Amino acid sequence: MDTDDEFMSNVSSEDDMLPDDSDNDLSGDEDFGFDDEPDHYIIDSQKDGAEKRKAAYDISFKVYQPADVQKQQNDLIDEVNMILDISKEEAAILLRHFRWNKERLIEDYMDRPGKVLDAAGLSRSSAGPPKMQVIPDFMCDICCEDEPGLESFALKCGHRYCVHCYRHYLAQKIRGEGEAARIQCPSEGCNLIIDARSLDILVTPDLTERYHELLHRTYVEDKETLKWCPAPDCQNAIECAVKKKDLDKVVPTVTCLCGHRFCFGCILNDHQPAPCELVKRWLKKCADDSETANWISANTKECPKCNSTIEKNGGCNHMTCRKCKHEFCWMCMGLWSEHGTSWYNCNRYEEKSGTDARDAQARSRISLERYLHYYNRYANHEQSARLDKDIYHKTEKKMVQLQKESGMSWIEVQYLNSASQALQTCRQTLMWTYAFAFYLARNNLTEIFEDNQKDLEMAVEALSEMFERPITELADPKLKVEIMDKTSYCNKRRVILLDDTAQNLAEGMRTRISFWSVRMANK
Amino acid sequence: MPAQFAAKRLGKELQKISNSLPPGIELVSANNLEEWLLDIQVLDNNPLYQNEKYRLKFRFGSSYPIEPPEVIFVKVPDRPIPMHPHIYSNGIICLDLLGTGWSPVQNVESVCMSLQSMLTGNTKDERPPGDEEFVRANRLRPKDIEFYYHDNDV
Ligand SMILES: [Zn+2]
Ligand SMILES: [Zn+2]
Ligand SMILES: [Zn+2]
Ligand SMILES: [Zn+2]
Ligand SMILES: [Zn+2]
Ligand SMILES: [Zn+2]
Repeated sequence: MDTDDEFMSNVSSEDDMLPDDSDNDLSGDEDFGFDDEPDHYIIDSQKDGAEKRKAAYDISFKVYQPADVQKQQNDLIDEVNMILDISKEEAAILLRHFRWNKERLIEDYMDRPGKVLDAAGLSRSSAGPPKMQVIPDFMCDICCEDEPGLESFALKCGHRYCVHCYRHYLAQKIRGEGEAARIQCPSEGCNLIIDARSLDILVTPDLTERYHELLHRTYVEDKETLKWCPAPDCQNAIECAVKKKDLDKVVPTVTCLCGHRFCFGCILNDHQPAPCELVKRWLKKCADDSETANWISANTKECPKCNSTIEKNGGCNHMTCRKCKHEFCWMCMGLWSEHGTSWYNCNRYEEKSGTDARDAQARSRISLERYLHYYNRYANHEQSARLDKDIYHKTEKKMVQLQKESGMSWIEVQYLNSASQALQTCRQTLMWTYAFAFYLARNNLTEIFEDNQKDLEMAVEALSEMFERPITELADPKLKVEIMDKTSYCNKRRVILLDDTAQNLAEGMRTRISFWSVRMANK
Repeated sequence: MPAQFAAKRLGKELQKISNSLPPGIELVSANNLEEWLLDIQVLDNNPLYQNEKYRLKFRFGSSYPIEPPEVIFVKVPDRPIPMHPHIYSNGIICLDLLGTGWSPVQNVESVCMSLQSMLTGNTKDERPPGDEEFVRANRLRPKDIEFYYHDNDV
């Protein structure tokens, strides 16, 4: 058995944040059943209804819209403003300085207010509100301008520069470097942070919007439990309690209100059941080996029987040659008739015995073959998902047609939409099971994983095939029932696969018996 | 080309350094406001840099001094690239003062002095790790390189 300490150790040591938020508490945490001990993985036998149990792969999260994010910030600012008796601007700066850890801020401030204010760039002095001034005989150290009447500005540190230079400097920081909350005095080595009130008089109107947006963003960026939805044009934030160090045992897939499904851990598109680290390695491997593997993802192949060129235009792997009617599997090019039976073996890679691979060349050929086996299937599902999506775009058209031909209502044809959704989600999962399988350690869990994979794959291929039938056949109510059954069966198989894998991951990490291993793949 | 507001500053700087520069720093040429050459040498008897002068090339962008100038060592006859764990053999300098640590109050003279003392304090006769690959592969201008500032005490 091949445990991989190397991998496990490099994930768990990432807790070095400023000014340290060791206990990142979630306000409103009643919604989060998840914490360090994944106790919700245990099946609650009392409520044995399947929907009562929370699936092991299913994690809690919450979506916040821009107004929610703003309100949370305002609430915290108000609270600190009241408790500590400081202005709202100062409360906001202090909160940003403490990365929005309110408890820590209040505690430290109560202890030593002077030190906290200093550290956050808010040193107290008796000078009133910030203002621009004209100082006789002033020369700006940045632009060397010294004409009389030159307006200048200085923070409490006294480092004074002309207003033009200040504005150039701020424009550079805000627009160029995306900084807002922690812009320091332009003077060399001066750590004083330019406070919100000073910025209000210095930031030019063309920058204020960007400036406030950046301030607003720090709230989400500073919190380990919050992330922006990466979908373009989406401004929502997701809250999820899964921590970096847990990413070897959970795959925190979240779904934004905009519909985008992504991994909270690494922001990539949903990659369940494969853990982030595995995904990273797999993607790197694919990029490194892209030339070797490129030819595989091609859209055309030759019929194994008559050699005529066959193009894949749907997601289904069941190919029928137009010319000779030969039915075969696009993946393994084997007979399709064998795929529906217990002989089905398309997903499993038969490890070649190592004894007949004495020389390095033979070993490297075997390792390439093994990689290609998994890459092939990974790439195929990726491609099929895309092709299924094309079909989905045609689905609406289909459904309109179908309504005409069968007299079915809009509601009654929605099952095609559900089928299309199921196909895409399941293929996304299947795709990652092959990356996962590449790194799977060989033990008793492996077979369960591969069986689950096979079951899901067969169900998906069957559904995919029905989904591609011509409209005339789709109008048959019997096929509709079959499609609906198969759709829910696919979804069910996917849940089972994800659930089993998630439990094994969590279990493997607990018992330190590695369910998957990086070294495994490199041998 | 430096913007109007930078021209005055560069003009003043030039005026000042043409008159006087600290020991070990010499102005070689400043024919325009875009590119200046200066020579520096160490003043103590650090054996690594004895009897050598090194040539620095400054290039000023349109937002100097809000943004730092581009500063590299250049190799010409009698002017080698100094050996230092933060100086690549193509003359690119890994120094946070020239990147994230820049302050618009810094100037040509202060940069020269910082580099001078960076050499003076060094005892290691070596290049940065990965120098060969970096020099072979790098096509970026210094300001576009994401330096990981090794440590700034050297
Ligand atoms: Zn100025
Ligand atoms: Zn200052
Ligand atoms: Zn979204
Ligand atoms: Zn991830
Ligand atoms: Zn054929
Ligand atoms: Zn097959």
